[in-house]
Amino acid sequence: MPNILAARSQMAMSLAFHIIFSCIGIAMPLLMVVAEWLHRRTGDQVYLLLARRWATGTAIMFAVGAVSGTVLSFELGLLWPHFMKWSGAIIGMPFSLEGFAFFTEAIFLGIYLYGWDRVAPRAHLVAGFIVAFSGMISGVFVVIANSWMNTPVGFRLVNGLPVDIDPIASLTNPAALHETVHMTIAAYAATGFVVAGIHAAMWLRDRGNLFHQRAIAIAFAIGAIAAVLQPLSGDASARAVARLQPLKMAAFEGLFKGGPHAPLAIGGIPDVKDRKLDYAIELPSMLSIMTGHNPDAVIRGLDSFPERNWPAPMIAVHLAFQIMVGAGFAMAGLAMWGALLIVRRRTIFDSIWLLRTMVAAAPLGLIAVEAGWVVTEVGRQPWIIYGVMRTADALTPMPGLTVTFVLFSALYLFLGVTVVYLLWRQVILSPTRAEVPVQAAAL
Amino acid sequence: MTIPFALFFVCGALLVALTIYVLTGGADYGGGVWDLLAAGPRAAAQRDLIERALGPVWEADHVWLILVVVILFDAFPPAFAAIMIAMHVPITLMLVGIVLRGSAFSFRSYGGGRDRAQREWGRLFSIASLVTPVLLGVIIGAIASGSIPKDPRHITDFLLPWMTPVCFAVGLFALALFAYLAAVYLTLETDDAALRDDFRLRAIAAGIAVGAIAGLVLLLAHREAPGIWAGLTQRVWTWPLIWLNGILALAALYALWARRFAVARVCAAGHVALVLWGWAFAQFPFLIEPDLDIYNAAAPPITLKILAGALAAGALILLPSYRYLLKVFKSRPKHRPLSADSPVERHSQ
Ligand code: HDD
Ligand code: HEM
Ligand code: HEM
Repeated sequence: MPNILAARSQMAMSLAFHIIFSCIGIAMPLLMVVAEWLHRRTGDQVYLLLARRWATGTAIMFAVGAVSGTVLSFELGLLWPHFMKWSGAIIGMPFSLEGFAFFTEAIFLGIYLYGWDRVAPRAHLVAGFIVAFSGMISGVFVVIANSWMNTPVGFRLVNGLPVDIDPIASLTNPAALHETVHMTIAAYAATGFVVAGIHAAMWLRDRGNLFHQRAIAIAFAIGAIAAVLQPLSGDASARAVARLQPLKMAAFEGLFKGGPHAPLAIGGIPDVKDRKLDYAIELPSMLSIMTGHNPDAVIRGLDSFPERNWPAPMIAVHLAFQIMVGAGFAMAGLAMWGALLIVRRRTIFDSIWLLRTMVAAAPLGLIAVEAGWVVTEVGRQPWIIYGVMRTADALTPMPGLTVTFVLFSALYLFLGVTVVYLLWRQVILSPTRAEVPVQAAAL
Repeated sequence: MTIPFALFFVCGALLVALTIYVLTGGADYGGGVWDLLAAGPRAAAQRDLIERALGPVWEADHVWLILVVVILFDAFPPAFAAIMIAMHVPITLMLVGIVLRGSAFSFRSYGGGRDRAQREWGRLFSIASLVTPVLLGVIIGAIASGSIPKDPRHITDFLLPWMTPVCFAVGLFALALFAYLAAVYLTLETDDAALRDDFRLRAIAAGIAVGAIAGLVLLLAHREAPGIWAGLTQRVWTWPLIWLNGILALAALYALWARRFAVARVCAAGHVALVLWGWAFAQFPFLIEPDLDIYNAAAPPITLKILAGALAAGALILLPSYRYLLKVFKSRPKHRPLSADSPVERHSQ
């Protein structure tokens, strides 16, 4: 494998692995504090049992998130030293701030996980809130760094080097707002759906189990709210990309020929050689209407950019975009269904089909997150800093990166399998209907 | 804020973060080493104590390393890039160690598995704890001995620069220091006199090993790292550091001997901190000898100023929170009755 390909694969694999744990690290603390807060408000011990059980799973996820994140912070330098040397002074800022957010998170997580009997109940709940908040903030800071790679600002280029550096301007780059909002919502949507799906599966085998019922109520509520907001935020993202990176937008849509009345493509396989999109359902003028609010709005196609700047592989960008949007609408649909049931019947637990669909929809959020990042990152290629530095120019001179790629892939595969196995055990060990009151009373 | 002030502030923050990482995160590795070496009738109790001591704090301790990395690449990007290129192999290996150590530890604590699975995770955790500090020491040794070229674009050899006796001696030194710190801290983590004495003896043994390896490192540095050697021996202001260092080292050993554990902890931590500062001051102002120093590798003043401001503001939130964490977990519960099986409790306090 050529070094550049190995490096890109290693980066992609490490990030794809880490992001799962990040999403859970962002959203799971919120689920836990909501459960604990409900316990304090209602005195219902089942909520407390739930918070404690969730905390155990979260502890494992957190540890893996922390170590895989550490790998990433070194990997940026190990694989792309010229990128870091060039941009460290400009975007080091969000990373340093992220460092503080991690700190706060790790400190209060220690208090939350180990402090049930050590600190006052109120202090414990507050610690949980701090974890939830700082987890969200740490995600925001990394995504700001990433958005800068899409819309680099805060410097002037002189002879290929940055001068007049303005780190504050880099924090407020044009892509920062839509990316951070979209990613943060994504974390709650994805985690909410996974957790609700797992508990729904258990509930279906043990109907009326209050433990799972309370879990579903909290996780699905949070996931559903996020899932309804996500297409709105995604629409804002798409508009912003059309404005800031029109080439990337054309790649999302597989739009080889631009112009007015640009169609919106559903599905399809881009054929780069013959410059056409095969097997797609095209909604005429929809893309022009959506991005320009007018069927006559001119959308730039791939044909208006030199081919050496096209993202590759194009098919990955286009398909990933379709997958994300598809998952997004499916999730929003399920959320609305749940909302409808609540309005009509005040409960979702008499609709077995909703709960079954919930089980099936469990992985959708995480799939959308992974797909979304492929869209953003592969769509940025061949640039590591959009329009400024090519990915190939950032690469380390270290030979034999295939070895490290294989090494880390094997390591992460091993960790992934282990985590799934351990969580599976947690799920199996969750209390049955008869055990719930006994265990809850014992707390 | 003038430029040199921001620069020195950032350098100071870098050194402080590294010091706290070594004093806390380093000791967590040391805990893993003692887990591996747990022996005697109380082996299970020793492991248990180590696990309880590490559990709540290791993730927070670990973030100090992240802070070191982010300060380095924000404030001194060329130095960061040079280290990451030349030290690719040992850093990669260290990362594998970090990943395995952290995940194995939490799998053991939270996996809730059967005894056998837990033992396997425990072994992985402790082996990773043994290897990782050696690699960290190797990397520091390579930086200190001037093995990193400034423009590594054309570097062809990624192994030889760090595969030197002096680098491995520093690696061993780091391991010994971490184990020593852990043993000293662990004496204060238990009320059980016998268990405490186990760690007291281990601390004394490790302390003596630290002294011996320090001698070896200096001997090798004299030959292979002339820059550091000169910095250590030919500067007026490193001498007091060295003397104080020696005094603290002996005081810590004496305090251990005399069972004055709280005093021993302060002296041992001070000793280890001064080892790091000795290195830093001997190398000053170089980040990477002989090409990159804190002036020519520094990010533009604006970046340094903002970073300094952010570090100061962050410290205002961070330090009280971190103290709170340590207070919650490292102080003994107030109302716990003295345990029946530790009669010595009363006068050893
Ligand atoms: C639960 C996850 C999830 C869901 C349901 C969606 N997305 Fe998304 N999307 C992400 C998760 C995500 C992400 C992984 O979080 C990305 C990657 C980078 C980012 O900021 O968010 C992303 C990026 C991303 C981008 C690229 C932004 C850029 O390159 O700067 C666009 C245009 C959209 N999304 C649009 C949408 C639309 C129109 C959706 C309609 C339903 C949608 N997303 C659902
Ligand atoms: C966590 C979710 C993320 C995922 C799943 C992800 C995914 C990817 C993928 C698929 C690639 C390879 C692109 C290609 O080779 O075509 C890549 C490259 C890269 N990403 Fe991301 N990314 C994520 C977030 C980030 C963030 C937050 C940053 C930086 C702040 C970042 C920095 C990079 C860099 C430096 C590369 C290598 C150079 C390049 O290919 O552009 N990524 N990532
Ligand atoms: C969009 C992409 C990313 C998001 C949303 C994200 C978010 C998070 C969150 C919330 C955590 C703490 C929670 C947990 O441990 O589970 C975490 C851990 C970590 N992440 Fe990421 N991250 C992303 C990508 C990156 C990248 C590119 C880096 C490298 C610079 C990175 C570095 C780290 C580090 C060092 C940790 C460990 C901190 C600790 O010990 O708690 N992350 N990440």
